Amino acid sequence: MPRNLDYLRETASQTAGPYVHIGLAPGAAGFDIYRQELGRDIAGPNAKGERIRIEGRVIDGMGAPIKDVMLEVWQANAEGHYAHPEGGGPVEEGFRGWGRVITDFETGDWGFDTVKPGRTRGRNVGMQAPHLNLWIVARGINVGLNTRIYFSDEAEANAQDPVLNLIEWEHRRATLVARRTETGGTPLYRFDIRLQGEDETVFFDV
Amino acid sequence: MTTPAEFYQRDRALHPPAYTPGYKTSVARSPRYSLISLQNSVSEVTGPVFGHADIEPGDNDLLTNYARPGESPIGERIILKGRVLDENARPVPNTLVEIWQANAGGRYRHKKDTYLAPIDPNFGGCGRTLTDEAGHYAFRTVKPGAYPWRNMVNNWRPAHVHVSVFGTGFAQRLITQCYFEGDPLIPICPIVQTIPDQGAIERLTATLDLNATIPLDSIAYTFDIVLRGRRSTLFENRLEGN
Repeated sequence: MPRNLDYLRETASQTAGPYVHIGLAPGAAGFDIYRQELGRDIAGPNAKGERIRIEGRVIDGMGAPIKDVMLEVWQANAEGHYAHPEGGGPVEEGFRGWGRVITDFETGDWGFDTVKPGRTRGRNVGMQAPHLNLWIVARGINVGLNTRIYFSDEAEANAQDPVLNLIEWEHRRATLVARRTETGGTPLYRFDIRLQGEDETVFFDV
Repeated sequence: MTTPAEFYQRDRALHPPAYTPGYKTSVARSPRYSLISLQNSVSEVTGPVFGHADIEPGDNDLLTNYARPGESPIGERIILKGRVLDENARPVPNTLVEIWQANAGGRYRHKKDTYLAPIDPNFGGCGRTLTDEAGHYAFRTVKPGAYPWRNMVNNWRPAHVHVSVFGTGFAQRLITQCYFEGDPLIPICPIVQTIPDQGAIERLTATLDLNATIPLDSIAYTFDIVLRGRRSTLFENRLEGN
């Protein structure tokens, strides 16, 4: 192993614990301290594209919803650009594409509003299907879990997606696809994340 | 169109595995299948960018950011400071660092914490700041207390501050805990001991920095944070069909 080179070593992860909200969403912990909490509005008011809502639960190995989980979302805008210097192009004023999602402490339900992202370029060739990147932390999760949300109404793009196609077990790809339901208002997608069991969600080492 | 330079792969031997039965909550919350390894795309090398408009200058002073005017929290006054670097030993400037912690009695200001130690009316327990151009950050706070938790019958957490850091890409996202030099609870904590590498545990332990203390005011601890480094594009890498 090339340990004699002058690289530093990454700081080890530790669980976010049950009180992650104090630091990252103090309003949910029950107090008001900052002028503004970060990550409450993912897309901002000027974002173009289709406004959508995504709801779900994170479910543990016993089949119970996790009530103290926190998710972070990172996504491109409708044109497939991330709000970052290397993000592929400009984004709308006020579009950050990042947000924090907190569960209801009684039920474990979470949900957030955003815009549907566009396709983004793949690593070397091709395009990635529209997707949101998720990072999941909670008590009992030692290293934050990375996964992705794809969309059930993008079957053609999903079939060509280089990341979905990397998953050898085709039936497991479905764990990354949010199911669209038309409710008459804002389109709603359902996305449950299973940490264990037969339908364990695919998690990535990125 | 250029291919984004990747981050170095995460050395998982430095991190706790998902399944650590000594920390009981991990048992039902740990994936059982292997993670699927991804080469970084634009989705992983980019990440949210924060600026001074997002926070306020006093957000990093936990002695005052929740205290009533003229009052301050009870406890040992400390400065917790350090640098955010990457594995190439380059500073990570302008990145968001957020912390949260229990008060000096070991009690969190959280509606789910019912420990019998009292809430401190002058202590919120969270702070945030951006690193400067050289990657430096600093917080002023009180040293958190140890507290008991339900795992085995009699487990106590060492004094610790939770730390959240971003870096420049979502693949660098990290949450960890900072411990304090000399704490006898560190080697017997089931959460600390989820980390399989002794050196990695030592690097999570803040060191007393006497030179950085403010005499007759606050004692100082240094805690450097290392995020994943990124490849330099010495040669354009265009693998066919990859």
